[in-house]
Amino acid sequence: MSALSDPLSGSGLSRGDAVPVPLPRGRRNAELAMLAFAVAIMLFAFVNVGYGLNGHIPSGLALYVAGFAVLMAAAHIAVRWLAPYADPLLLPLAAMLNGLGIAMIYRLQESGRGSNPGIQIGTLTSHAALTQLMYTAVGVAGFVGVLAVVREPRVLSRYTYTLGTIGLVLLAIPAILPGSLSSVNGAKTWIILGGFSVEPGEFAKILLAIFFAGYLVSKRDVLSLAGKRFIGIDLPRARDMGPVLVVWAASLLVLIFESDIGTSALFFGLFLAMLYIATQRKSWLIIGILLFLLGADIAANLFHHVGDRFTLWFHPFANGNQYGQLAQGLEGMAFGGILGTGLGQGEPFRTALVQSDFIMTGFGEELGLTGLMAILLIFGLIVQRGLRASLAVRDPFAKLLAGGLAFSLAIQIFVIVGGVSQLIPLTGITTPFLSQGGSSLVANWAVIALLMRVSDQARKPAPQPIQDEGMTQVVRAA
Amino acid sequence: MNPLTLDLIKLAFLAVLWLFVIAAVGVVRTDLFDQPTSARKQRRASHGARRAPAPPAPAMPARSAPSRRGSARQLVVTGGSLTGTTITLADQQITIGRAPDATLVLTDDYASTRHARLYPQNGEWIVEDLGSTNGTYLDRQKVTQPMQVPVGVPVRIGKTVLELRR
Repeated sequence: MSALSDPLSGSGLSRGDAVPVPLPRGRRNAELAMLAFAVAIMLFAFVNVGYGLNGHIPSGLALYVAGFAVLMAAAHIAVRWLAPYADPLLLPLAAMLNGLGIAMIYRLQESGRGSNPGIQIGTLTSHAALTQLMYTAVGVAGFVGVLAVVREPRVLSRYTYTLGTIGLVLLAIPAILPGSLSSVNGAKTWIILGGFSVEPGEFAKILLAIFFAGYLVSKRDVLSLAGKRFIGIDLPRARDMGPVLVVWAASLLVLIFESDIGTSALFFGLFLAMLYIATQRKSWLIIGILLFLLGADIAANLFHHVGDRFTLWFHPFANGNQYGQLAQGLEGMAFGGILGTGLGQGEPFRTALVQSDFIMTGFGEELGLTGLMAILLIFGLIVQRGLRASLAVRDPFAKLLAGGLAFSLAIQIFVIVGGVSQLIPLTGITTPFLSQGGSSLVANWAVIALLMRVSDQARKPAPQPIQDEGMTQVVRAA
Repeated sequence: MNPLTLDLIKLAFLAVLWLFVIAAVGVVRTDLFDQPTSARKQRRASHGARRAPAPPAPAMPARSAPSRRGSARQLVVTGGSLTGTTITLADQQITIGRAPDATLVLTDDYASTRHARLYPQNGEWIVEDLGSTNGTYLDRQKVTQPMQVPVGVPVRIGKTVLELRR
């Protein structure tokens, strides 16, 4: 230890001549390469669909792939400009899923049309893939917009209550509107104006995540102070928990009223995860899961359509089930087996709504278990990158927001994939990026933008000090 | 179209799908160890040298590049409220404490405002206690004078545990 007798000589600040250690890098070139890979996969998928369906390369191939490539290039340039240090993987992973989704929707739309084999899907128009590409354009515009408007995650915490209120109002609108303006396939979760329909719950998810994050951060210190102790569990004081519980109960009531159990489960999970991240109390998880099981049991007995879901879950192959699609989806995946039938060569059109809720069974049938696992891994990587950004960022609001958004994505995937594979009762909810539908796509691109904003914040090199420590600093008042 | 060709296309597509996943994991991997490829090659070379049968330890010039390549690259918080926080080590010293201008700002009731600092010396990292109330511990030993921190040995500050990682 004699060499250490004069520690100051080795102090970091005096070592100006040392080897420069690489600064945190944006790795935008890695992002570009992965993005090109994602577009190439979309191209390959389209070619595969064409050969599988009728032995020809699809006529609209250039339009779809070139359009998609231009959109992704625009997103990439925006990231270079607006969030140069953001995570290099989030954008390519989302792009890959989005491209694969468009290819699958194209495959389903072509089924039974022209001279193609299969049955025409009644719920799918002949230009569904093009519409999906247009929604992708809206989604990318929203992605760039969020990156441009939210220059720092902290900005959002100023509007905690405003955004929370907007989120609740968005959720409530379909419940108030008459069925003709809000009901699609039994779920009363839409706003239909003219020929245009929006699912506000997808956006409310983001707004409520921002609200929960802002609220839990400002009340974090109070919340960690224990109130009463109840069977070994510390409960916070009611007045601290009040607003959060009210928002949560309100969102649940609205969702039950709108007969949308999937989204209600998603909100519950989001709420629970963020509460756990903020307070670090495992007891909340136990209370929450018990509450959820209790709620599910009560709902199953009270509401006919919830009870039906449980019956279907226990007996998917029973005769007279009005949700025969679960059985169809399961049979489709069984038909696909390990390697799948190949794109364009299966019969996914037999499953009702295979383009939205059941798109994972369509992939399971045509790409098999192998393809399904790859897709699930890509979802897993998106969630991992989100949680990674949450861990790395120092601002507690951004930490909570990224954690909540990443977790909500994970829950959403679990709810729908678990539902179509009969692991949990089936609830109608979109598969992020893959399902047909504009609201879900645009909202999920906004989620990716927020996650990238947080990761940019986390990976940005610290600003250089203007002067040496200990001296008066000159602050320029601009 | 020939069914065999279609099968081959199908397998190729699945392979490309997995290649994408593997490439993505590769990006995560380089991101995790945050170092340019040239540095990684150098490090790999130095690893090879270490494995070679007992080479005479080269007398490293005090501030040479290779000595730093084999040393710690990250400071990881493994215990306490900041668990999971990672700081990439540069040539700058790292101050630890509750002061808002510290490199690692602790929210630990048992830590002092300016608790301790970590600084590089000859490619090693040294921990020095800055007169804290509750002390700094290297493994089980109280830090009373600047001590060298080996990679993977826990440094305790209040309820917070830190560790150097390669």
